[in-house]
Amino acid sequence: MIPLGFYLVVSAILFSIGAYGFLIKRNIITLFMCIELMLNAVNLSFVAFARYYALLDGQVFVFFVMAVAAAEAAVGLGIIVALFRNRQTLNVDETNLMKW
Amino acid sequence: MDGSLALEIPQIFPEIALSVFGIAILLLDTFLPKSKRHAATGIALAAIALTAVFTLGLVGEDGTFFSGMIVVDGFSIFLRITFLVVGALTVLASSSYATRENLAVGEFQALVLFAIVGMNLMAASNELIMIFLGLETLSIASYILLGIKRSDAKSNEAALKYFLLGSFSSAFMLYGIALAYGATRTTNLEAIGREIAAGSAGMTLIYVAVGLLFVGFGFKVAVVPFHVWTPDVYEGAPTPISAFMSVGPKAAGFAVLVRVLMVAFPAAYAKWLGLVWLSAVLTMFVGNCVALVQSNIKRMLAYSSIAHAGYILVAVATRNQEGVAALLFYTLTYALMNIGAFTIVSLVSRQGDRKTYLDDYAGLGFKQPGLAAALSIFLLSLAGIPLTAGFAGKFFIFRAALESKFVWLAIIGVLNSAISVYYYLRVIVVMYMKEAPDDWSPVAMSSSAIAVIALSVLGILQFGIFPDMLISLARSSVIGYR
Repeated sequence: MIPLGFYLVVSAILFSIGAYGFLIKRNIITLFMCIELMLNAVNLSFVAFARYYALLDGQVFVFFVMAVAAAEAAVGLGIIVALFRNRQTLNVDETNLMKW
Repeated sequence: MDGSLALEIPQIFPEIALSVFGIAILLLDTFLPKSKRHAATGIALAAIALTAVFTLGLVGEDGTFFSGMIVVDGFSIFLRITFLVVGALTVLASSSYATRENLAVGEFQALVLFAIVGMNLMAASNELIMIFLGLETLSIASYILLGIKRSDAKSNEAALKYFLLGSFSSAFMLYGIALAYGATRTTNLEAIGREIAAGSAGMTLIYVAVGLLFVGFGFKVAVVPFHVWTPDVYEGAPTPISAFMSVGPKAAGFAVLVRVLMVAFPAAYAKWLGLVWLSAVLTMFVGNCVALVQSNIKRMLAYSSIAHAGYILVAVATRNQEGVAALLFYTLTYALMNIGAFTIVSLVSRQGDRKTYLDDYAGLGFKQPGLAAALSIFLLSLAGIPLTAGFAGKFFIFRAALESKFVWLAIIGVLNSAISVYYYLRVIVVMYMKEAPDDWSPVAMSSSAIAVIALSVLGILQFGIFPDMLISLARSSVIGYR
């Protein structure tokens, strides 16, 4: 059996890739995918812990995360479509009407 | 507390009522002819009144329900009432705004109700799962509210920024929850506390989890260094929603922060105190100093709301009942003054939210003295001038800090209040000492906006001159708070 630590390391790496991508990428859709990657990295941790402890609540939590991520995706894509209609761009550097 | 689930349902009647009415408004909005759709405001207010009755019926309850998912105690009931006040004022303030800006009133009010459901669940949650669900209910409703002016590029941008950074921070919070679950085998706050106290949890994982959770909540309540989204989002948002965002989610975020830190992680106090201390100091300084140089009043109020988050963090750092009572007092009174101020900003900005600069307030004191006087009271209260609720709130927080021997936090807080007086007074000076421009157009008033302003002024003076009533209520709410 693969030990728990392996799953956690993979999960941490995936989470870091997502967070790094969020910080360096400029396309809004790519940013959105990076966030999804981070959420799925968390899901991996939950499932690994739940399996290791033979408890079910970790797995139930994953369902909640997936359901919420789906709802967020619906709203988020709606916002992105509205923004694209007004601005014809998906580059975050060009969405800069407001700055300090 | 055991019992069948059906018997426990009254504990969440407030949330059920709000959800049912929210859905009803959405349905009615589809079937009613366009001319009658403004009825949504009345329905939303009725829903809030009914919910308040249900919530007050819970006073005196103390226990956990639904297998430890929901906790009903004085703290959560006080906060539920605070959220209802915030919601009622937002509904009132946005009814005339939505008409003026040609927005869908029904969707607007229904989303405000759903956002209150999320905040209520956050305040009443005793489980990391419930906290996550409440937070996301609130967040998703507020993403839509921020972007509800679909054809307005600034509103789109505000919604996008809050959406991206909000989900980014949610991911951090979730990772924190996963690690806390991994370290303690449970997501129940009390059980986490017990596991840590029993010494059966890996402390390294716990520290990382606390850090990640702080990142997640820090974003929601806008404390430095997680505050960068705040000014852009408040500036671009429809103004009543800026008001709502600056008080509602902030109070809910602090409620969760307090409960998580005090119930689940008291054993890690020495570690998280450092985080909270540093963040409080930075938040107060950054908020106040950057607010000094703002020329757009919505951005100025955004930085001011960052600074106020810093004051509330001082109350969190004290970790005693007096501090939590001060936090409850502060969040409620802060809600009154900030919603009041933003409501006037929304009136003065005219159609399309164009006039939001400081110069647009020139001469307001002569042209519309009542409006200017009300705005002055809100700003003086935000600055913490005596006889206003803002002063009483700051007094209670700093006294709690002194009692817990956080002398430096109290000194830095008072110093920061002094800095903040400058930028609040600047608006008053512009209103009363500058001539109005020649092309002055009068500010259109509406009865609902006047109601919001009058209620806020009354509340501020009432709780400022006689703070005893509210603070003793807050103190009795946190008795037995663990």
